[in-house]
Amino acid sequence: MSRTTRLGDRLLHLYTWLVIIWLSSPIAVMILFGFNDKQSKSNTTWQGFTLRWYAELFDISDLTVALRNTLVIALVSTVVTVVIGTMLGLALGRHRFRGKGVTNFLVFAAISTPELVMGASLLSLFVSGNVPRDSSTIIVSHVLFSLSFVVVTVRARVVTLDPALEEAARDLGATAWGTFRQVTLPSIMPGVLAGAMLSFALSIDDYVVTSFVNGSTVTFPLWIVGAVKTGIPPQVNVMGTLIFGIGVLIAIANAVAARRRG
Amino acid sequence: MRRLTPYLLALPSWMWLAIFLVVPMVAMASVSLQTGNAIDGFAMTFSFSNYGDAIGRYSPQLVRSLVYGGLATVAMLVIGYPVAYWIAFKGGTRKSVYLFLLLLPFFVSFVLRTISWNFLLSDNGILFGTLKGWGLLPADFHVLATTFAVVGGLTYNFLPFMILPIYVALERVDPRVVEAAQDLYASRTAAFRRVVLPLSLPGVFAGVLMTFVPATADPINAAILGGTANTMIGNIIQTEYLTNLDYPTASALSFTLMAVLLVGIFVYARALGTENVLEAAAR
Amino acid sequence: MNPFMRGMTQPRTRRDVFRLAGASAAGLALAACGVQGQKAAPPKADAVADFWAKQKKNGKVVFANWPEYMPEDKAPLEKFKQDTGIAYEYKEVIQENAEFFGKADPVLRAGQSLGYDIVVMTNGIQLQHMIELGYAVALDHSKLPNFQANAGQKYKERAYDPGNKYTVPYTSGVTGIAYNTEYVKEEITSIEALFDPKYKGRVGMMADAQEIGNFGMFALGIDPEKSTEADWQKAGEKLKAQRDAGIVRKYYDQSYIDAVSKGDVWLTMAWSGDVFQRQLAGEPVKFVVPAEGGTIWTDNMLIPKGAANPLDALMLMDYLYQPAVAAELDEFIQYVTPVPAVQDLLREKAKTATGEDKKALEDMVDSPLMFPTEADYAKLRSYTRLTTQQEQVFNPIFQSITQA
Repeated sequence: MSRTTRLGDRLLHLYTWLVIIWLSSPIAVMILFGFNDKQSKSNTTWQGFTLRWYAELFDISDLTVALRNTLVIALVSTVVTVVIGTMLGLALGRHRFRGKGVTNFLVFAAISTPELVMGASLLSLFVSGNVPRDSSTIIVSHVLFSLSFVVVTVRARVVTLDPALEEAARDLGATAWGTFRQVTLPSIMPGVLAGAMLSFALSIDDYVVTSFVNGSTVTFPLWIVGAVKTGIPPQVNVMGTLIFGIGVLIAIANAVAARRRG
Repeated sequence: MRRLTPYLLALPSWMWLAIFLVVPMVAMASVSLQTGNAIDGFAMTFSFSNYGDAIGRYSPQLVRSLVYGGLATVAMLVIGYPVAYWIAFKGGTRKSVYLFLLLLPFFVSFVLRTISWNFLLSDNGILFGTLKGWGLLPADFHVLATTFAVVGGLTYNFLPFMILPIYVALERVDPRVVEAAQDLYASRTAAFRRVVLPLSLPGVFAGVLMTFVPATADPINAAILGGTANTMIGNIIQTEYLTNLDYPTASALSFTLMAVLLVGIFVYARALGTENVLEAAAR
Repeated sequence: MNPFMRGMTQPRTRRDVFRLAGASAAGLALAACGVQGQKAAPPKADAVADFWAKQKKNGKVVFANWPEYMPEDKAPLEKFKQDTGIAYEYKEVIQENAEFFGKADPVLRAGQSLGYDIVVMTNGIQLQHMIELGYAVALDHSKLPNFQANAGQKYKERAYDPGNKYTVPYTSGVTGIAYNTEYVKEEITSIEALFDPKYKGRVGMMADAQEIGNFGMFALGIDPEKSTEADWQKAGEKLKAQRDAGIVRKYYDQSYIDAVSKGDVWLTMAWSGDVFQRQLAGEPVKFVVPAEGGTIWTDNMLIPKGAANPLDALMLMDYLYQPAVAAELDEFIQYVTPVPAVQDLLREKAKTATGEDKKALEDMVDSPLMFPTEADYAKLRSYTRLTTQQEQVFNPIFQSITQA
């Protein structure tokens, strides 16, 4: 490899980190204000360092419940979305079938429907069907708006695959399921993982759609938006910090594991 | 069995989309043609003029949304492509770690991110306040409440949705193919253009679809970061629906927006020559 | 293979798809026509009496409120439980009036229950719709003795619900002007400051049509409670000129408070409680009710139609009007309480308190932001009250300015 190539790579490496830092910069402020020894309800000016909010993390019981709801909903809806979205992504990227055009259109329509309209119309649907609103209607709705993102991401991967590989596997006597598990799934895995991350991020942060279909179940974003009226308590920052911190730990563990394997 | 496979694969999503998307959309189409008000009730009058009225009243916001969405998409492509490229080819064993780090900030509520951005970008805050103190910026310089802030906010909030699909497509490309291409063609640029770029196009297409469409419809960034002349169509739909309870106008605007986006994506797909990727619009 | 699967897998013409879509469209169109008018005639007095005569205490109440509107330990509710034996469920499920109404409307329209016995809403357009659509249960005032005895007179004669037929106040606030004293060196007293070209690009206005409409009218000396369509047009012109001259930086939701405390805007329309909290945090913001007038708004408790435990709900509403309970609530919420006796109770409490608590309590008691003076009250007006037809005129006038 030439020297210019390596220089280019290094610059790109640096650039990638700069983008990561840019995206994370508001998180730094959030973490900082989780340590703010604030004296009034407003938590926007720095008034000294304290660990108090960490000690009192779970003192606001409704907030704790909201956080737990959000995590459960995000996990469940991600799993469902990834399974059915990957299936559809495979179908669209690999196969020819009737109704493909309509399906493509619906995938597009789900992305382009304004959130508010989606939330309101889902609520009308649930009300007219007399479906009580709770965590399950939230999950159903989150699957709906995340689905297209998983489908599109997986499909982008599938269309780059060489179908000859799977045919070879089958010619060698592998069953359909075996071929899928041994050949197809590993090769589309990056797309599936990316879709899963997008879907999790969409769910954990959704406000608008959730606010319509939640019934009396409160999620983390919902609680925070409501709390803006009187001032967001620092426990919210601490919880955000913990989510972020756990994420970073997972990333580090992954990186270390990858190095061992490598 | 082989012939059945695609139908079986599509079935669960079909059911989901049919029940939770198609049915409400049909209902919305019906509402968009009704007249009346929330108190006395709405009646179906097949009032297609709802569309004309809504578009006539809000075409500036509609056009503005498309411009902002388009600008943000271009910005995301320019900023995001190199990142996706580097992770895909040089990320080594840590590829997924990098991706995860790119998305991690979005696991934390948008309210907290927004408050933090307002803190960082405040006219006299730690960033601009300091620069102004050093005399590097004029005293009345500001970023918040400008068009730049809105487009920047859209770019920030949807960037991972551009990077991930491009990465997914690029990761498939064998680095040895790239090296061979570099040997084959005289310059790296030529190798990139002839080999890498075409292979990444499905990813680019997916990325644009997943960013341009929601960014154009987004109400949040304009509401938080915009000034007096940055209202986007998403904000109007919100006001018509929630404040004015004018469901027909809100529905008509939503359909108009979807139609315009669909046409935009179709034209773009044609220009890119990737009809095969989005057969949606074509057939 | 079952017929359904066969239908999905066998060749199917495009016409079939359309026919299918057509069928469901027809069905749904019918359903959508079910969006019938519900305008409710005011219930007759004896119907109200009959309704309440039938109600029994169920020992349970579900209270839906905004976050941070009740102390963490839920002390007032705990005491209520001890005193009455009524168990409570407290839910912080209301984030925004418009969204809450958007969510409640289809449920109540379908004749279903929200699952709440008390909800809290601001006296805006959405509350008016709740009342007009018959979504609020008429209250039995014979069961509200504490409200009668302890609510301030001003909270009993509000234009949006004369005679407190459907609602009683939970807490109030004032819309006035906040300014940052680091940047604004003069004493602001007049609403004209918001229109002063010397603050070009440094003025914040509220995006809400009712809020900004009121301020446009105050600036022209119009009483919004008695305003006409011609007045709204004039106010609209005044506000449009203000925008076109570049004076307004942005039409804000509640984020105005961060903007003014950081100096992004120097002066802005503001809510009293927000400013009070920033003052407690030591930020350089001041609040004033302009000489020309300010807006008083109220978050109200009401019993939604279909509530399972209306009598228990009514008992809780009344309970919160005991001065001691109201004081406890107000100390936490820090907006304006509808119970004037709270000021004296908090003053007493400040005497025995120590340290930071004492300071905070004293600040509260002395603050016109929590306890407006008589002179302040004289300048305060409600939102403009609008019929459905008027709303369709009023909203576009101001929205065309704030959402250009």
